[in-house]
Amino acid sequence: MAAADGRRAQRQARPQRVRPIERWRSWRRHHRQSAADSLARVLQQPTASLLTWMVIGVALALPSGLWVALDNAGRVGKTLDKPATLTLFLSDATDEAAARAQAASLSERGDVRSVIFRTREAALQEFAADSGMDDLLEGLAENPLPHLLIVEARDDSAALLGQLEFELAALPTVDEVIVDALWLRRLDALMSLARSAVTFLAALLIAAVVLIVGNTIRLTIEGRRDEVLISKLVGASDAFVRRPILYTGLWYGFGGGACAALLVACGTFILRGPVAALAATYDSRFELTGLSLVDSLQLALFGAGLGLLGAWLAAARHLRDIEPD
Amino acid sequence: MIRFDRVGKRYDNGHDALREVSFEIAPEELVFLTGHSGAGKSTLLRLIMLMERPSRGRVTVNGRDLGEMPRRGVPRHRQSIGVVFQNHKLLMDRSVFDNVALPLQVLGYDDRDMDRRVHAALDKVGLLDRAHDMPLGLSGGEQQRVGIARAVVGRPKILLADEPTGNLDPELSADIMKLFVDFARVGVTVLIASHDLALISRLRHRILTLREGRLLEAGMDGGN
Repeated sequence: MAAADGRRAQRQARPQRVRPIERWRSWRRHHRQSAADSLARVLQQPTASLLTWMVIGVALALPSGLWVALDNAGRVGKTLDKPATLTLFLSDATDEAAARAQAASLSERGDVRSVIFRTREAALQEFAADSGMDDLLEGLAENPLPHLLIVEARDDSAALLGQLEFELAALPTVDEVIVDALWLRRLDALMSLARSAVTFLAALLIAAVVLIVGNTIRLTIEGRRDEVLISKLVGASDAFVRRPILYTGLWYGFGGGACAALLVACGTFILRGPVAALAATYDSRFELTGLSLVDSLQLALFGAGLGLLGAWLAAARHLRDIEPD
Repeated sequence: MIRFDRVGKRYDNGHDALREVSFEIAPEELVFLTGHSGAGKSTLLRLIMLMERPSRGRVTVNGRDLGEMPRRGVPRHRQSIGVVFQNHKLLMDRSVFDNVALPLQVLGYDDRDMDRRVHAALDKVGLLDRAHDMPLGLSGGEQQRVGIARAVVGRPKILLADEPTGNLDPELSADIMKLFVDFARVGVTVLIASHDLALISRLRHRILTLREGRLLEAGMDGGN
């Protein structure tokens, strides 16, 4: 009777008989279990895990913080962004009528948006008012300033400004041309240089994070050697033994990314007051903007992705070495 | 069920662990494998488990030529075999239940079926009341029985045991052997490596004897 029961059970329960839907369910179940189990293990060693998180956090906070700084600098540049203008100093020989004619002919050009004519008298008064040296100016025998034409270009592209500068300087009435947007162009160049530098730094630090997680996971795999071994002995596939390892990397990376977001938030908080005070001296209401909640979440998820990558590399490298023998 | 054709295994250091070994084990048969330590018993079992590949000859298990099995086929192959190790190979940081459940987890059973099966297996080895204990709190004989429960919980067609009574006293050893005999009765092919000749000769099953890697004799067949 017992033998008959056994035989029937034997026939009913071949390993291969597990249905596909049941395999799918068990696959999801194992994912859930692996995720929960590896998180529990990470939390069981709070000191070691916290250290790992902090290392990853610092490595990710550095480029993130620099990005935030660049982003803010870019916004400063935008608020200061003025139309690109060229100031033409006309020659002494050019009288007011000729200057007006020149202004009129320039404003006809397609690549010029507007031309403002400022007489030498107006310029002198403005200078006197700005500098508060009225008395000194009264003592001047003659006005040392030339007539000015302030030319606003159609756009602020470096090519157009360069071409205008070249062409307008060649006019017989024009003594000298100053491109006012030069400093803006320099700022742009500086910003793109900084961006490249930060990108390079970020790439290095991201690689460092992947290596850090990889090394931590190598130790994790070493610590779970028996489990991997016995699982393989009872027929676990590579994917099955890899799964909890990958989740461990995911948790390290996620925690590290969250740490980074926290560090950047701290930095923003500390710098916000001083930046506002500095802006106030420039009559600006500029405020330092940190990472938004969505940005922070993305940073944490990005960290999780890096953790996963590091774990994957470590698993590919070390899990294969653990074979029953 | 298990068939060896002129199988040889030479290790990298030149040592021949097995030479020209040929035998066949029928389905649902129980066979003992004996010989001194170092005679090649473990190597033979490891070849069946695909923990190693033979240097020469052919191993066929359940109609499949293991020489043609790719690496990715190994997990499925091992799922169809239950193994009992001399040193138990239990996970000390997991409960008895979790240890026994491991093969079912690998096979993808759901919680309800897993529960039922693990309890049935533990009941079979008489450890139902220890399900939630940790292995370290168990005696050597109990740990071995947990190992046996784990080996049979997935209802494998083949059960291998490497010195399952190695460290146990005679009375416990007899109990353990009786378990294996029971499994053979319910349709499992059982191969037990043991040097406890006194014990296995009492059980009147076929005995394969290895000496320095060669198969000496196909012993008597006591039948079921």
